[in-house]
Amino acid sequence: MAELAELRDRRSARLRPGGFDDLGLRRALGDRLLPLLVAAMTFLAALALTGFVAAAALARHWREGAESALTVQVPQPGGPADQGTRRERVLAILRGTPGIAQARALSDEALSDLLRPWLGSEAQSLALPLPAVVEVHLSGDGPDLRALAQRLTQAVPGTLVESHGVWVARLSTLARSLQACAGLALLVVAAVAASVVAVATRAGLAARREAIGIVHSLGATDGYIAGRFARRATLLAFLGSALGALTALPVLLGLADLAAPFAGLQGIAEPPNGVWAWLAALPLPLWVALPGLPLAAGAIGWLTAQATVRRWLRRLS
Amino acid sequence: MADVIRCEAVGLQYVRGDGPEVLHDLSFGVPEGGFRWLLGPSGAGKTSLLRLLYLAVRPSRGRLEILGTEIAGVKRRALPGLRRRIGVVFQDFRLLAHLSAFDNVALPLRIAGRPEGQIRADVTEMLRWVGLSAKTASRPPELSGGEQQRVAIARAVIARPDLLVADEPTGNLDEAQAERLMQLLQEMNRLGTTVLVATHNEGLVRRHPARTLRLSHGRLIADGGVG
Repeated sequence: MAELAELRDRRSARLRPGGFDDLGLRRALGDRLLPLLVAAMTFLAALALTGFVAAAALARHWREGAESALTVQVPQPGGPADQGTRRERVLAILRGTPGIAQARALSDEALSDLLRPWLGSEAQSLALPLPAVVEVHLSGDGPDLRALAQRLTQAVPGTLVESHGVWVARLSTLARSLQACAGLALLVVAAVAASVVAVATRAGLAARREAIGIVHSLGATDGYIAGRFARRATLLAFLGSALGALTALPVLLGLADLAAPFAGLQGIAEPPNGVWAWLAALPLPLWVALPGLPLAAGAIGWLTAQATVRRWLRRLS
Repeated sequence: MADVIRCEAVGLQYVRGDGPEVLHDLSFGVPEGGFRWLLGPSGAGKTSLLRLLYLAVRPSRGRLEILGTEIAGVKRRALPGLRRRIGVVFQDFRLLAHLSAFDNVALPLRIAGRPEGQIRADVTEMLRWVGLSAKTASRPPELSGGEQQRVAIARAVIARPDLLVADEPTGNLDEAQAERLMQLLQEMNRLGTTVLVATHNEGLVRRHPARTLRLSHGRLIADGGVG
């Protein structure tokens, strides 16, 4: 019987005129404060979401970097050594060492790319005494690093062997922690948004207590009354959140602009392909997640209003 | 014929436990299609009894059966369906001030999910019947006390309830309007609606004699007689 009544409520909701506001919720749940608060929450959520996506990208980037588990720096790479230059000698030793799958000297262009964030795009023209950098891929458990470093230093003095493993592990942990913090911030923002909706709904319930009593006495179910509040709260939360997401968009594009050099991009201050290239600076996951924020806010509004009103209605017989 | 209202030793406390009992040991029945006047001085418990009958409160003790349903044991979510079968005229009208007279009268039909076309026809006819055709768009604060009372009456009967309870329905009406209301109530009663009217208007009771429930200090002191 009760299920039938709920079903009839849903059906009758379609029959009622669209603007019919029997509980007077347009006043009780005003269209100013709640949307503005939800807009602010969404702005913060967008920033947290950006942190989450950026941390995930960093972690992925570093993990990929871990594949070249060893970097060998050779100062004065063109200098003489046994059987050729210092660079060639180091490469020969590395390639002849068991446990090393591949040893490859970075090209000057690749080296410039690495240094661009610190020295700018003209690193090569500065005539700095740059070392050669050899990227080493290991196989199996790899060689004994201490012994390898000793051999290299004896053959080519000044050579530096740097293992990525420890640093990558630390950086990955850091990235995961940042990701967790950003995720936690998102949860906190969602909880605050739910609280804001709950407080607004309770204020609406207090303001419309008499009207609720009247429709209740006329046979309205809890679902009918909660549905009226939930519809209003969903609309206000969705609109407020859409406003917040739109406000956050230029800020996020600005951040993407600042981060572009570190991501190996040219920056977006002078977009080569117009506004589309400018917009493309934002990672795809953010383009998917940003429109999701108003939907999530609407869902939070609906669920919170439903729960708050249904709990409140239990005091009525 | 089955009783639409059946009270057996019903008592009511607004504060459960150690609160004062406002109704004591009420026992009476009203059969389907019956008409009852509910009389008694102010404070006798008429409004409390009506609140029990339109399911605003549940009895603290005893057995109350409304429209064949035992109220104390019924699940809360079954009550709205039952309430839709009960029309109520409140002493203080309880109209929604932000809605027009039309929308106030239409409210029970919309809650019940009736099609809007039928609602329009029924409400227009009902407002015409209570003499408020010219006031369909007016809101309660723009209406006189008598007009508000007629809107409240129209809202109570629009869904053709099985049981109609009215608390001083003629309180703000002149004699002609009160007579008109009585014609409506009697017409509904003839069509099968069980009607219970609480009133102080002894003249009205004399002009429309019917079986009477008389309360005093929360107790039923008479169930019978005519007028």
